[in-house]
Amino acid sequence: MNIFSLSMASLLMLIPLAFSKVQKLHLEKEILIGTLRAVLQLSAIGFVLKYIFNVNNGLLTFVMILIMMFNASYLAAQRGKEIKNSKSIAFYAISAGTITTLGILIAVGSIEYVPSQVIPISGMIVGNSMVAVGLTFKQLRQNYLDKIQEIEVKLSLGASAKEASIGLIRDAVKTGMMPTVDSMKTLGIIQLPGMMTGLILAGVSPLVAIQYQILVTFMLSSAVSISAFTSSFLAYREFFNERVQLTLERK
Amino acid sequence: MKLLELQSVHYRINRTEILRGIDLNISTGEFLTIIGPSGSGKSTLLRLLNNLNSPTSGNILYREKNINTYVPEALRVQISYVFQKPYLFGTKVIDNLKYPFKLHSKEIDLGKISALLKELNLDEDILQKNIHSLSGGEQQRIALIRSLILEPEVLLLDEITASLDPVNRSMVEDFIKQLHQRSELTILLVTHDMQQAKGLGNRTLYMNQGKIVHDMPTESFFGRGIDGELDKFMSGQR
Repeated sequence: MNIFSLSMASLLMLIPLAFSKVQKLHLEKEILIGTLRAVLQLSAIGFVLKYIFNVNNGLLTFVMILIMMFNASYLAAQRGKEIKNSKSIAFYAISAGTITTLGILIAVGSIEYVPSQVIPISGMIVGNSMVAVGLTFKQLRQNYLDKIQEIEVKLSLGASAKEASIGLIRDAVKTGMMPTVDSMKTLGIIQLPGMMTGLILAGVSPLVAIQYQILVTFMLSSAVSISAFTSSFLAYREFFNERVQLTLERK
Repeated sequence: MKLLELQSVHYRINRTEILRGIDLNISTGEFLTIIGPSGSGKSTLLRLLNNLNSPTSGNILYREKNINTYVPEALRVQISYVFQKPYLFGTKVIDNLKYPFKLHSKEIDLGKISALLKELNLDEDILQKNIHSLSGGEQQRIALIRSLILEPEVLLLDEITASLDPVNRSMVEDFIKQLHQRSELTILLVTHDMQQAKGLGNRTLYMNQGKIVHDMPTESFFGRGIDGELDKFMSGQR
């Protein structure tokens, strides 16, 4: 692919613009801004990554991962705005998932600690963990709103905050993990995932591409489960005060 | 012995004042019935005693120590609360009765469970039943047993017979009466039912707008010529 063919491919963007115009969806402005942002952001990150890959400095690589985790925590916390300390909880959860998984991959020799390998892999891990944490937050809060009576009955019998909430915590973890578990089931049947598609397009044999994809599947399951688990087990405490009283208002 | 003491207790949610300066002493073994119009703060008073909420200002003492000095989980076993609407969890009835034992790492006392079931006129078969197959009366009796099983010192009952039919209501009333007679249990019962307030308990509190308006022995309360707002409330509720 060259710049000319990429420019020609951008004509594809005329299709959603035409739909929007004809069907009066009023999305033209958003589509144009979105397209422009995607091109600019991706170009910028292309240059940044090229620089980081060339410098090949361990610390710089780590800073880049840290920035990704910060941004992801901020976005995941948007789903749990009503939960106190949601940003720091999201950060702990996403970093726990990312660092553990990345550490294992490096330790077993699946990848090397070089920016060209660690950064794209971290991007995938952080992105999936972010979605998991956001869903976990949302589900946890909804569970507390729905089960306020059950929680109070259990508290009144002398349950601790954790004992009263354990069912809700588990349900929120499950919800956070669900998209990853579901997509695992359809891998190769309905979808050829991004990484595998990219490798095949770049000329790598499908048999090699699937090895990478299997690795990605393992690492995402691990990261997502750690992040969902950590966020749920840290966030439930925020629904109680120091006297083990539910701080949500009764309906 | 002075078991519970409330000193100028206020409770506010946002800007709404629910309790406006409650002073109250309760001795071991007393049976208080609390009556008053809806929204007068009766249930909130029970919630504060069970430590599900804390006063906005003022103190609650239990055995002469501020309740905030007790571990909440342990305190709630001693001052047990039965909600107006029975809520059973898990799948089977037995899950609910084992729960308090498990929470506090105590050996499950099936003998005690059987005895309480019998006293409340329930068959042992009920233990294996699905919670959703129970009638409202059965659910409330199970909830009552669940709160009593670890032998609390104070029992808080929040309109527990409100949704029961007359037969179930009188069965539960008889049980509570006998329970109080044979033990040192201190009971606070919130009710809208004047006959219940008259028939149970030895002290009656009348609350209105977050305050205790009358506090006197049940006999005197129902024997006196009632006045103004109380008269209106009671004739409306009777």
